[in-house]
Amino acid sequence: MGKAIKVENLSKAYQLGDFGTGTISRDLERYWARLRGKEDPFLKIGETNDRTAQGTSDVVWSLKDINFEIEQGDAVGIIGRNGAGKSTLLKILSRVTSPTTGSVKIKGRIASLLEVGTGFHPELTGRENIFLNGAILGMRKAEIKRKFDEIVAFAGVERYIDTPVKRYSSGMYVRLAFAVAAHLESEILIVDEVLAVGDAEFQKKCLGKMGDISKGEGRTVLFVSHNMDAVATLTSKSIYLSNGQLKLYDTTPATIRNYLTSAVRAQGIYTSPPRSDRPNITSVEVKVSEINGTHLNGEDLCINIDVNMPSIVEGMALSLQILNENDIPVIYTYVFDVEQPILRKTGINSMQCIIPNCKLYANTYYLIVHLAETKGRTKFEQIERICEFEVSMPNKIIEWGWQKNVCVYTENFLWKKLSDSNI
Amino acid sequence: MTEAEEHWDLEIKPTGSLFDLKLKDVWHYRDLLLLLVRRDFVSFYKQTVLGPIWFFVQPIITILVYNLIFSNLAGIKTDSIPGPVFYLAGTIIWNYFAECLTKTSTVFKDNSAMLGKVYFPRLIMPLSIVLSNLVRFGVQFILFILLIGYYLIAGYPIAPNAYLLLFPLLIIIIAALGLGFGMIISAVTTKYRDLSFVVSFGVPLLMYTTTVIYPLSEVIKKYSSYSWLIKYNPLTAIIEAFRYGFLGKGSFSWDLLLYSTIFTIVVLLTGIVVFNKVEKTFVDTV
Repeated sequence: MGKAIKVENLSKAYQLGDFGTGTISRDLERYWARLRGKEDPFLKIGETNDRTAQGTSDVVWSLKDINFEIEQGDAVGIIGRNGAGKSTLLKILSRVTSPTTGSVKIKGRIASLLEVGTGFHPELTGRENIFLNGAILGMRKAEIKRKFDEIVAFAGVERYIDTPVKRYSSGMYVRLAFAVAAHLESEILIVDEVLAVGDAEFQKKCLGKMGDISKGEGRTVLFVSHNMDAVATLTSKSIYLSNGQLKLYDTTPATIRNYLTSAVRAQGIYTSPPRSDRPNITSVEVKVSEINGTHLNGEDLCINIDVNMPSIVEGMALSLQILNENDIPVIYTYVFDVEQPILRKTGINSMQCIIPNCKLYANTYYLIVHLAETKGRTKFEQIERICEFEVSMPNKIIEWGWQKNVCVYTENFLWKKLSDSNI
Repeated sequence: MTEAEEHWDLEIKPTGSLFDLKLKDVWHYRDLLLLLVRRDFVSFYKQTVLGPIWFFVQPIITILVYNLIFSNLAGIKTDSIPGPVFYLAGTIIWNYFAECLTKTSTVFKDNSAMLGKVYFPRLIMPLSIVLSNLVRFGVQFILFILLIGYYLIAGYPIAPNAYLLLFPLLIIIIAALGLGFGMIISAVTTKYRDLSFVVSFGVPLLMYTTTVIYPLSEVIKKYSSYSWLIKYNPLTAIIEAFRYGFLGKGSFSWDLLLYSTIFTIVVLLTGIVVFNKVEKTFVDTV
């Protein structure tokens, strides 16, 4: 089999911050540099895209020197943390935006599903929208006509087909939109996490349809998802992106294993330069129990926090929350100067918070750290979503009782028989 | 060895050619173009009682108001053509241009959600605007023909003549001019929104610098030293030629028409270059 996609030295730079006054002069400067055949002065200082660490330049490389090839008929998963560059890669592959450098070569028709229902017009009927949406996705009218009945049946909206879609329930809307996209005829299909919609039954139907496409019809499929189960069932090979770089391209089980064990270390530490105008947090680090970056349920969890004090402030307070991947706060701990003297010297003050025998349930967690002063009630800093870490519990027998999201915190417990005898 | 011989259907690279319009791609998506035109047309009168009749209401009321204010109250001459038909000729041409311009100038901003998710030739969007406004223009043109018929039967001094054969050319020029200006503005506004403010208050004012509510002959008579301002507005020659062909009155000039045509070609080419440059990466900045 030949190759379907070949990606060479692909990079994409984004500019951070707001466009406004100052943008024109910078643009002119860049234009002038390009005219003289020099390198773009604002791209040179680019750095890897680590969202948790504060950078020094306004330009980040969302993708940096990506190279890979995909064989025809392969189903390939793309995994990585939020902001690893997955969506940027899909956007470039589907020609929504173009790369800063490098190239992509593609054989065959490419259809991308970065979103379902793109271009749906609320005033038009289901029938009219099927045609419009199909055409936006690149189908010819005759092709849509041929598949019309199939699409309507797949979506299960026969009765509403001549009603404006603004009167549809959100579930019907999404089903109809996915149905159109699922019936695209193309050699290559690119799917972003569109399956996160609809009810469980419909999700299963979508996954089934995607499985048919890649396995049954022999088309090339690129699939991005945070749902490792879906990636594992649908794809045979996977690409692992981390901070805009290709970390691993291997069989799906191997890539997922690598992702789950190594991804944590990359983002475990938050750092920020000290400020001179007000107290600020310069470093936060979660000390997990294992060397590979995961924390074992039941071990001590330590969090080291450095705070810079440009001058002495009385009544400081430091607190942190641990949140799970559904953004639900699970643990809240704090230390107040009035109760226990803290941060009493100028310069860097190092603090440590220990949670003994931390029994967080297996999941991904992150921190929110607050720095405030209780006398005048000033909040100096609130650092969101930092130091993501993973908790695993391999010492527990994970069978059907121990599924994901059964609980967020386990407690010591003891079960015993109260009476053994038959009365 | 085989690498070099391998055939690829598509290559995605940082920059493309400036004048490459990807017309082959546009042709493949022609159904989308027609469906978008249909969408604009149908969604315009959905859930209204009068339906497509609304396309007539706006120009009728406009010319009645113009007739009352500019002709009766202000006493501006209309080349001895009956007021309503004089104003209608200018208004439908001007409206077509203004609609093409204002709609095209916000095309990236208005459709950024859709354009950020799916690829199709970006040129489809402005083209669909030009076409769906052409449909509107067509409907209003019917009204214009009916009005001419009425005045002819009633014996008013209007004389349609051979110059009305220029009509298709005039339409192409207006559409190209609106499209060209619109593409330039849309490309710039993806990054700098300032220009969209200029368009929103500038376009209605611009109407007074072209011969919509007065004939060119009046300007030359009254303000001969400033008349070049009006004359070199590229739309003036078109509106005057349109009136001359259908009504038999007006200041027709081949020179001015040629000037308008060249002006339009320059604007359209500039528009294409700017649009091509922006269309590949505008989703990052819009």
